[in-house]
Amino acid sequence: MTSSAEQPRRVPGKLRRRLGAAARMLAALALAGGVYAAIMPASQAEDAPKTLSARAQEGKALYDVSCISCHGTNAEGVKDRGPSLIGVGSAAVEFQVSSGRMPMAAQGAQAERKAVVPLFEDPKKIEALGQYIQEIGGGPQLPGEYGGGDPANGGRLFRVNCAQCHGYTAGGGALSSGKFAPPLDPANSAQLYGAMLTGPQNMPVFGDNQLTVKEKKDIIAYVEYMKNDMDPGGYGLGRIGPATEGIAIFVVGITLLVFTTLWIAGKS
Amino acid sequence: MKKKRFDLATLPERSAKGIDERFHASTPLRRMFNKVFPDHWSFMLGEIALYSFIVLLLTGTFLGLFFDPSMEEVKYDGVYTPLKGIEMSKAYESTLDISFEVRGGLIMRQMHHWAALLFMASIVVHMLRVFFTGAFRKPREANWMIGFLLFWLGFMEGLFGYSIPDDGLSGTGLRVINAITQSIPVIGSWAGFALFGGEFPGTVIIPRFYILHVLIFPAIILGLIAAHMGLLVKQKHTQWPGPGRTNKNVVGVRMFPGFAMKGGGFFMITFAVIAAMGGLFQINPIWLFGPYQASVISSASQPDWYVMFLDGIARLWPAWETRFELFGNGYTIPPIFWAAVVLPGVIVNIGLLYPFLEARFTKDKEQHHLLQRPRDTPVRTGLGMMALAFYLVLFASGGNDVIAQHFDISLNAMTWIGRIALLLAPPAAFWISYRIALGLQQHDREVLAHGVETGIIKRAPDGRFYEVHQPLGPVDDHGHGQLEYEGWVVPKKMNRIGALGPAIRGFFSPLEVEDKEARKGKAKELAGKK
Repeated sequence: MTSSAEQPRRVPGKLRRRLGAAARMLAALALAGGVYAAIMPASQAEDAPKTLSARAQEGKALYDVSCISCHGTNAEGVKDRGPSLIGVGSAAVEFQVSSGRMPMAAQGAQAERKAVVPLFEDPKKIEALGQYIQEIGGGPQLPGEYGGGDPANGGRLFRVNCAQCHGYTAGGGALSSGKFAPPLDPANSAQLYGAMLTGPQNMPVFGDNQLTVKEKKDIIAYVEYMKNDMDPGGYGLGRIGPATEGIAIFVVGITLLVFTTLWIAGKS
Repeated sequence: MKKKRFDLATLPERSAKGIDERFHASTPLRRMFNKVFPDHWSFMLGEIALYSFIVLLLTGTFLGLFFDPSMEEVKYDGVYTPLKGIEMSKAYESTLDISFEVRGGLIMRQMHHWAALLFMASIVVHMLRVFFTGAFRKPREANWMIGFLLFWLGFMEGLFGYSIPDDGLSGTGLRVINAITQSIPVIGSWAGFALFGGEFPGTVIIPRFYILHVLIFPAIILGLIAAHMGLLVKQKHTQWPGPGRTNKNVVGVRMFPGFAMKGGGFFMITFAVIAAMGGLFQINPIWLFGPYQASVISSASQPDWYVMFLDGIARLWPAWETRFELFGNGYTIPPIFWAAVVLPGVIVNIGLLYPFLEARFTKDKEQHHLLQRPRDTPVRTGLGMMALAFYLVLFASGGNDVIAQHFDISLNAMTWIGRIALLLAPPAAFWISYRIALGLQQHDREVLAHGVETGIIKRAPDGRFYEVHQPLGPVDDHGHGQLEYEGWVVPKKMNRIGALGPAIRGFFSPLEVEDKEARKGKAKELAGKK
């Protein structure tokens, strides 16, 4: 913008053209924004209910002892500590707390899975906390039922959408600067669904218009299949691939055979 | 008519005579059977490669009966549920069928793959032995070069082999091959199109790689192995220096029966190790990777271990891109060109010509049939360790994302650790191994001069303590040993020179020691007869 201000002095025709283009762009933007605002009425801007349900009250009590120090009063977030939770929905709460990621042990590249803190060992308490966040800000919710997916289609979708970070074998993978995609082995179906729906940590959100409910269930069916599937070829070497296979050939194959050479040569 | 009595005892003799009368085979065979092979464990490492190649031919032939190298799209309708109804190439489908439906197919596939990894691993270990002992020196430069080329042929053969199942991981490898081909300045795009028959991935690459994998490269490898062995027989095996061993003789066991029996036994053990690994350890589970699609990629995609160092340099190389104009056209040299084309070219040429380079720098034109211990050639040992350190840093960097993930290290840090280590580790390895070699040599010389430490402490009348040393041979007026430094093992403990208990103990003991009692008994028997 600033650099273009100098040039037109020499070429006034260009300035006029640019101003005209800018005016048309502004008009188009205003029109598009206006139409959007008219068609999409306030579905997200709905005010939080004034009164909390009893369950949410219980959740608020939990929130105020475990979450408030980072996420702030009324879940509005604290700068450089924790993001606002307005609009994350109960799905995010249930994913983060049931997988032990929240409450977080320490600030780091990303929250790590750990044992659920004693306060939240009772799943009802996690639900109550979710209810509280849901009631104050709305957002995605878990369907509660994850079965009936088609593993073959799930596998196809998994390879296209998930494998680039979690790996073909869902063993996880490294991302930049200490971030990582975790292994999917410890995650249960609800957590898998929650992760796709809410995009925790560094994961992108796979909303229902990207992966439909059915497709998410297919992916869950595939991941569950892989978790329970035995390795038909023997010990799977961590399903890491050529890296561990390369170590195995030296540690097992070459070591055994070098000892054999020592043995044979020693006997003569 | 009188029935002729069949004499079984003379049958071998008679049939052998019959054969010799017709084919005149006894003279060359006797020569062959009397060929002498020196005996040392490190001389058997190359055999592992030979035997695993035989296993590769056997298992590969089995797989060839069931594999269909076609890129025609089909819908999978086999037993593996998570792929039911998925579109895939026939190559991938037939590999799945080999794994799940052909009887014994999975263990054959796994043995084939483990044998391939073992083939390459034993080539490297064997090559290190040859390098560090100076076995490549004149007159054996040609055999070094053949062996070195065998590594690279095996490298390509393996690459073709794991590319043809057309699974997700192999397709990623093909994508990399395509990128490397296209990175060659000026001709790159054309070369890539020629290789893949058009745009990547096309429909011809798998049939092409299949023929390279099952016919052309195995034939070249087989030919070079034959040349390698032929030269070995012609030029005779090198041997360690030692009593009775000179540059003009070979001390060891005859080809037949001694060496043949050992070799046969070793072949069976190698086969057994490969079979055990094929049965116990899952390798390349292609069903988990799915069929290859150009839009699919997995984190932590690695090539097989012998290719991993190339992946490593590609990961470490900075993103230096050059653009230039030629005849009015713009061209680009992408960073991968330096990493994956130029660097391997340099490695191949240095490795191939190393025997000549060393001879040139040391001005050595002699024939060498005696080996050198690594400590006696500190510079060569240092250079070898330097190359090894370089290789290992690249190898580890090829899996730096796996290391980053499993050891909780930032991937960015791994890249920088690799870059710095690639520059610092080789010179450090050179210096450390050079000093160790000199130190070991010095200790040998010291024992030759002053004798073996006996552990007996004496106190002189003046109160001085000193340890009694056992000289290894005659001493001069100063009490210094007069044995020459021969570049061979110097005994450093009393039991090694026949005092204080048995010289060799344990699992790897020679038969002679175990038989000592028996032999004593026999000697008494003989004495009694007299």
